[in-house]
Amino acid sequence: MTAPLNERPKGGVGDGFRSWWNAQSRVAQWAFGVPFILLLALLPLLNIPLLTTEGTNFGTVMAQFGMYALIAIGLNVVVGQAGLLDLGYVGFYAVGAYTVALLTSPNSPWNQTGEGGWLSSSWAWLACLPIAVAITAMSGLILGSPTLRLRGDYLAIVTLGFGEIVRLLADNLDEITGGGRGLSQVAYPRLGVAEDFPLGVFSAGNVGKTLNSGVWWYWVSIVLIVVVLMFVGNLERSRVGRAWVAIREDEDAAEIMGVPTFKFKLWAFVIGASIGGLSGALYAGQVQFVVPTNFNVINSVLFLCAVVLGGQGNKLGVILGAFIIVYLPNFFLGRTEILGIPVDGSSIAEYKYLFFGIALMVLMIFRPQGLIPVRQKLLTYGRELYVAARRRSKETAAPANPSAEVAK
Amino acid sequence: MSGPLAESVLALAPPINFNIDALGNLFWQLTIDGLAYGAIYALVAVGYTLVYGVLRLINFAHSEIFMLGMFGQYAVLMLLGFAPSGNVYSEGTLLTIVYLGIAVLGGMAVSGGAAVGLERLAYRPLRKRNAPSLVFLITAIGASFVIQEFVHYVLPQLTDGELGGVNAQQPIRLVAPEEQFTIFGASVTNITLIILTSAFLLSLGTDVFVNRTKFGRGIRAVAQDPTTATLMGISRERVIMLTFLLGGLLAGAAALLYTLRVPNGIIYSGGFILGIKAFCAAVLGGIGNLRGALLGGLILGVMENYGQVLFGTGWRDVVAFVLLILILMFRPTGILGESLGRARV
Repeated sequence: MTAPLNERPKGGVGDGFRSWWNAQSRVAQWAFGVPFILLLALLPLLNIPLLTTEGTNFGTVMAQFGMYALIAIGLNVVVGQAGLLDLGYVGFYAVGAYTVALLTSPNSPWNQTGEGGWLSSSWAWLACLPIAVAITAMSGLILGSPTLRLRGDYLAIVTLGFGEIVRLLADNLDEITGGGRGLSQVAYPRLGVAEDFPLGVFSAGNVGKTLNSGVWWYWVSIVLIVVVLMFVGNLERSRVGRAWVAIREDEDAAEIMGVPTFKFKLWAFVIGASIGGLSGALYAGQVQFVVPTNFNVINSVLFLCAVVLGGQGNKLGVILGAFIIVYLPNFFLGRTEILGIPVDGSSIAEYKYLFFGIALMVLMIFRPQGLIPVRQKLLTYGRELYVAARRRSKETAAPANPSAEVAK
Repeated sequence: MSGPLAESVLALAPPINFNIDALGNLFWQLTIDGLAYGAIYALVAVGYTLVYGVLRLINFAHSEIFMLGMFGQYAVLMLLGFAPSGNVYSEGTLLTIVYLGIAVLGGMAVSGGAAVGLERLAYRPLRKRNAPSLVFLITAIGASFVIQEFVHYVLPQLTDGELGGVNAQQPIRLVAPEEQFTIFGASVTNITLIILTSAFLLSLGTDVFVNRTKFGRGIRAVAQDPTTATLMGISRERVIMLTFLLGGLLAGAAALLYTLRVPNGIIYSGGFILGIKAFCAAVLGGIGNLRGALLGGLILGVMENYGQVLFGTGWRDVVAFVLLILILMFRPTGILGESLGRARV
């Protein structure tokens, strides 16, 4: 579809920045990206006055943000890229968390960290990470293979049911999962053991002012996010990603054009599920305690809110969405004044679901594509051609853009 | 898997008990109670099915419409002078029926009004913009949040803590469960009788309304083909509003019946699971199909009750969801098919 430049849908905030970024070489992108990520990582240590939270520790908030960002990236694969509405994403998150907890908690009958177990106590968490990812991928496959043949709306409700079933299983199978009592003392990386930190820096007991366990977990999640982003980004630019976009835009047309839609939908579902499992494992290690109530369906909706708010399909957008979801309530919590203006921050934080609900509704009316919307740029031809086309159109300054942009 | 893990798995007692004797002994009792529950699901399911038939939209916030209905009838009873207490008021049969009638009208007014308001505020702007269905669904989820949190936080401040808040309302009970007669050894209480008869009358009325009247014909026409229906002189906007109103009214009626059965259920989060199950019921019977929703509600209520005794109380909801997944796997268009709207592949 060739559309004149001025008629193309307007981009989001910083469209100019985006085209500048895309014009840079890979090396230059990394050269800019790495210091930026380092800056983000050091954020909890810098203690910037208006940015830090007052009611809760900023490091802990950032750790939670890291986890939500990972979830949002995973859910974005399913919802944003493949266009499958998954309302039971919390189910995968729970499966990941419970896998780690069942294998490492002393309360669990399948504990492998004690005597006779095959997990060493220091590295148990890291060893469980791939197991958790594999098991969640499997659960995604089991749920996806019968349900992905259904129409989109049915999928939403079936996944919602799945999320509830996982939570109810955790609640009801109390001989294995501890039921409502949950599983405690889940393994975590026992690193940095020193006199000050007898249990290591990752222990929940490390509650120092600045360099507490939250900051350490935040750093772990940044590493995981970068790895997952690279993985998902490469998928997005590959045949798989193009198939997802095709399915999202028009499933019937994609099928007719020879895209095996079921197969690629299942792929999206399984990949999304395993990223959810990864973040669940991260959560289990961080909190060291899992109970069914932490996996209520309302969390699924919150995750979805992060994805939709940030911009479905845009990886950086959904990270921003996750940040907003986690940070804003914590920003208001315990705050009595902002820049000299007195506010009752705690009650604003309490109303967070009300505000998120209103935000979702207003956003859907005025900006359904989210804060940073995705642009499908010439996915069929690749980046280089896009850059070339862009350069040529700039040189000739022709009103019509020669690039064959995929509509919307 | 290594040796010790496999052994520890085998050493565990089976976590699910399979109590088939209890199911056999209580079969008729469970059926009757299940039907009463199912009738409530059915009434709520009609709201889902009608809106889906006309708009192809899962009105996720319909469960919250039902919840508002519970609060509506409760508020009306409070206005009538009933103080919330655990005791049962005994006003005599005739007066009780009058009071229940007023309460049900209150619940229906609140639910119906809320449903129409929701349609006006949330869905109509989206329709004007021709938004894709995902956008509608997300809006519905947002609306569901807003209504729940409104009752959770804002309503208690508006009513001096009389309504809403974190805890369930102290029940106002007009009817005490009393056995009226037994059938196949199963006792039928007055509450079950009220629920079953009123649900039967309401669903009969709805069925006649949709299948026999001019308005119903309009609804069916829009469900079948919106464009042609508009060309034939049917106002699509009015049909949509009517559909939401009808669904809301039935949800309000179901809300009163539900509070008769579960007096402690009036809480801001009380509609959520029930709504999901009612939606399951609608899908079970074939979404978009009015009679399917009624049938699906009854089946779901009964099956859930059997499952609860067979596997244990905690498995009640699991049974409902597994049933939904199974039905969708083997019969994706539900038991009766999607007849109100056109069948879509």
